[in-house]
Amino acid sequence: MMSILNALVYLILAPVLGGLVAGIDRKITARMQGRVGPPILQPFYDVAKLFEKEDVTVTPSQNYYILSYLVFMAVTGALFFAGGDMLLVIFAFTLAHVFIVLGAYAAYSPYSYLGAERELIALMAYEPMIILTAVGLYLVTGSFYVSDIAASTVPVILYLPGVFLGFLTVLTIKLRKSPFDISTSHHAHQELVKGLTTEFSGATLGKIEIAHWYETVVMLGIVYLFFGFNPLLAIIVIALVYLLEIFIDNTFSRMKWEMTMKSGWGAAAILGFLNLAVLYYFYLGV
Amino acid sequence: MAYLKKSPWLLHYDASSCNGCDIEVLACLTPLYDVERFGIINTGNPKHADVLVITGGINELNRQVVRNIYNQMPEPRVVVAVGICASSGGVFRECYNIAGGVDQVIPVDVYVPGCAARPESIIDGIVQALGILEEKRTKMKEQEAQR
Ligand code: SF4
Repeated sequence: MMSILNALVYLILAPVLGGLVAGIDRKITARMQGRVGPPILQPFYDVAKLFEKEDVTVTPSQNYYILSYLVFMAVTGALFFAGGDMLLVIFAFTLAHVFIVLGAYAAYSPYSYLGAERELIALMAYEPMIILTAVGLYLVTGSFYVSDIAASTVPVILYLPGVFLGFLTVLTIKLRKSPFDISTSHHAHQELVKGLTTEFSGATLGKIEIAHWYETVVMLGIVYLFFGFNPLLAIIVIALVYLLEIFIDNTFSRMKWEMTMKSGWGAAAILGFLNLAVLYYFYLGV
Repeated sequence: MAYLKKSPWLLHYDASSCNGCDIEVLACLTPLYDVERFGIINTGNPKHADVLVITGGINELNRQVVRNIYNQMPEPRVVVAVGICASSGGVFRECYNIAGGVDQVIPVDVYVPGCAARPESIIDGIVQALGILEEKRTKMKEQEAQR
């Protein structure tokens, strides 16, 4: 019962929270660049405006794909906050991304093709580390269920520092921040004409934006799991992590896709595997 | 509630400008003028844009390009001609390859004078354009209601 309630609260509150985070992100970014920056509610204005615009569709199927993207992104978060199985959450998460890639492929345009390919590369780059994160959490807490992991009193972070750092690396890819914003970016709209979202306009683009807000909340939720033993600490860490992401976003230029691949898999291979190997040897060995 | 005015995304197209007006348009985006505080974002994609900003006169080669960009923008949309070249052809008016101002090809809503147009007057022009954008949206809504 409690878990269903949590999922419902998530479905309603996550877009609000995600939008606020996006607004604060833009404000802090502007301050870092010595500008005043847009109001904090700007992302909401943007999305509301998108829903006011005329709907231009290249192929009807693209709108269904994007709707599925939004629905599955919401389902991912609902499963997560209902305390469901971490592996199922990852599965739904990947499925959601497959839908947005399909949507980009459905709209015949070289820009969205290129964006779709780059999104697939990003997907390949971060997926191993996300799975390792789930495995690491399982090894320490003995459960794949989010509810158990969050309720566990074990200081997970002490056992999984490497996995946590690896997760931060893929978080940058996932939030589409520089240097890994190869498929679409919030800042450089000119390059690749915004990649993945080139052929989407009006309400459809608005849905992509809302899905991204849902996604941000889920990703920050996973950060919480590392610090579940102390909720206050967890919230502070989440704020710090996001600040770090903004900082990285503003100090790095975009890199090529090879770099994304190397960083994602490198983090998984070095930080993730090494951490798990050490953990397996010392912690579970006894 | 109208959110269009709060979040206009603009597309900047350089139709044979001397680059004088272009750098002034870009100057609006720098920290000094920082138009992002009004929610204005410079996009490179006509499908995301609400305001089309054109600098320079139209020549015979980019006639079709400008029309194409304009047609790809979803309604409601406005066009701002920045600089005297974009308004009437300016000093290049008599050239054999210049068709004249932007209004030779697509309807223009706001003309921003100057050579080069100052950032202040560009921002002024865009704010005016937002009023027109709002009018167009109301008209669009009425037409939809009638249908
Ligand atoms: S109006 Fe003046 S500055 Fe602007 S494009 Fe024409 S000649 Fe250049």
